[in-house]
Amino acid sequence: MTEPKRITAPLTDADTAKLKAGDKVLITGVLYTARDAAHKRLIELLDRGEKLPFDIKGQIIYYVGPTPPKPGQVIGSAGPTTSGRMDAYTPRLLDLGLKGMVGKGARNREVLDSIKKNRAVYMAAVGGAAALIARSIKKAEIIAYGDLGPEAVRRLEVVDFPAIVVNDAEGGDLFLQGVEKYRRGA
Amino acid sequence: MRTISVKDITKKVRDLCISAAYDLEPDVAGAIRAARDSEASPLGKEVLGQIIDNFEIAGRESVPMCQDTGIAVFFIEVGRDVFLDGSIEDAVNEGVRQGYKDGFLRKSVCHPIKRINTGDNTPAIIHTSIVEGDKVKIKIAPKGAGSENMSRLKMLKPAEGIPGIKSFVVESIKEAGGNPCPPIVVGVGIGGSFEKSAILAKTALLRSVGSKNPDSDVAALEGELLTLVNNLGIGPMGFGGTTTALAVHVETYPCHIASLPVALNIQCHADRHKEAVI
Ligand code: SF4
Repeated sequence: MTEPKRITAPLTDADTAKLKAGDKVLITGVLYTARDAAHKRLIELLDRGEKLPFDIKGQIIYYVGPTPPKPGQVIGSAGPTTSGRMDAYTPRLLDLGLKGMVGKGARNREVLDSIKKNRAVYMAAVGGAAALIARSIKKAEIIAYGDLGPEAVRRLEVVDFPAIVVNDAEGGDLFLQGVEKYRRGA
Repeated sequence: MRTISVKDITKKVRDLCISAAYDLEPDVAGAIRAARDSEASPLGKEVLGQIIDNFEIAGRESVPMCQDTGIAVFFIEVGRDVFLDGSIEDAVNEGVRQGYKDGFLRKSVCHPIKRINTGDNTPAIIHTSIVEGDKVKIKIAPKGAGSENMSRLKMLKPAEGIPGIKSFVVESIKEAGGNPCPPIVVGVGIGGSFEKSAILAKTALLRSVGSKNPDSDVAALEGELLTLVNNLGIGPMGFGGTTTALAVHVETYPCHIASLPVALNIQCHADRHKEAVI
């Protein structure tokens, strides 16, 4: 297995240009968390012409709803949730400068086209590896929608957060390429 | 008659909720380790390695292996010589309330239309049956949404037979791709009625991973389905590979001459199931 590429979030076009579908990456820097309910509210803000609760330019959104932290923990277990549920909201955020997303599972055609158009990247973390992933999260702070509990928007500071590039800025797609390679029979 | 206090049921349920979230059962752990050894894709091997590291950390540090600690599903067998001194449903829900709070588990249950969280992960899904004896057996299988959402049910025409069953199972899993966190365990319920097939599929998942149906024809179908599913190439987390499913379990029940219900319940690798007897 090749060595992982290290990237620092927030990302630039130069960063995403270096990432190819199938690359292992270790992310250090800032991630914002949001799931369905938070996305819905973010889009409603935009519809009303209001500002988002954080500057989205270059940022990575991590689709996660962590467990409550035990005393002494920064965050509870925090693995990715299914990204497809956010597809309806994603192209609009990409057009505003969102550069990366981390989740699990495939995205729809509109999101893939928007990723390419905006030179962004979609990465997957290993679903269910929630206790392992939580170790890379050094700081967590709720910055919006605290009433949503696990679905609140959090600002995370991470060191060597493990992920895998699924869709790169050139249209590369690990799900298609990987499955093609190992498919057998009819 | 043996009297069992519902307080004891609450206590057991509380403990089962917590231990199911923290400690992966040895049958599942063993199947995942074997898959790591046999997986052909280097990236797939790496993913399985992370999954193993993860459940080892969870068990050692007493933390949830997955953040989606699920909706709590119970199968409870009550011996017919047991006298319960209160409501078993209330007792189970109280156990869930305590377990999800004390274990720092995520509360993931909400009103289906208003989408407002109930705040304590209740109500649980409770299936009870009356059996011989003077004991109460409680099985818990908390279920995350990632894999539950990829589950399907179809009323086939009897003429579609085994080929129809196979293509329904394989196509559904292909469509699911990486969403249900493969490697998965596949529960298939064939026959009964609309709701019975779904319950069969769910109970198929309670079997020890890789165990075979005692009916040799059904066991052969399990083996064929497993090969077909793994030939899809979806692999660990959908990144491509030879391990898409760890096992396929099939349960059957007689059905109406004019129908062939088939239900598919997909279980992710965080295959949490525990049981206790009082
Ligand atoms: S599908 Fe299973 S392993 Fe994946 S996030 Fe959901 S509960 Fe966790």
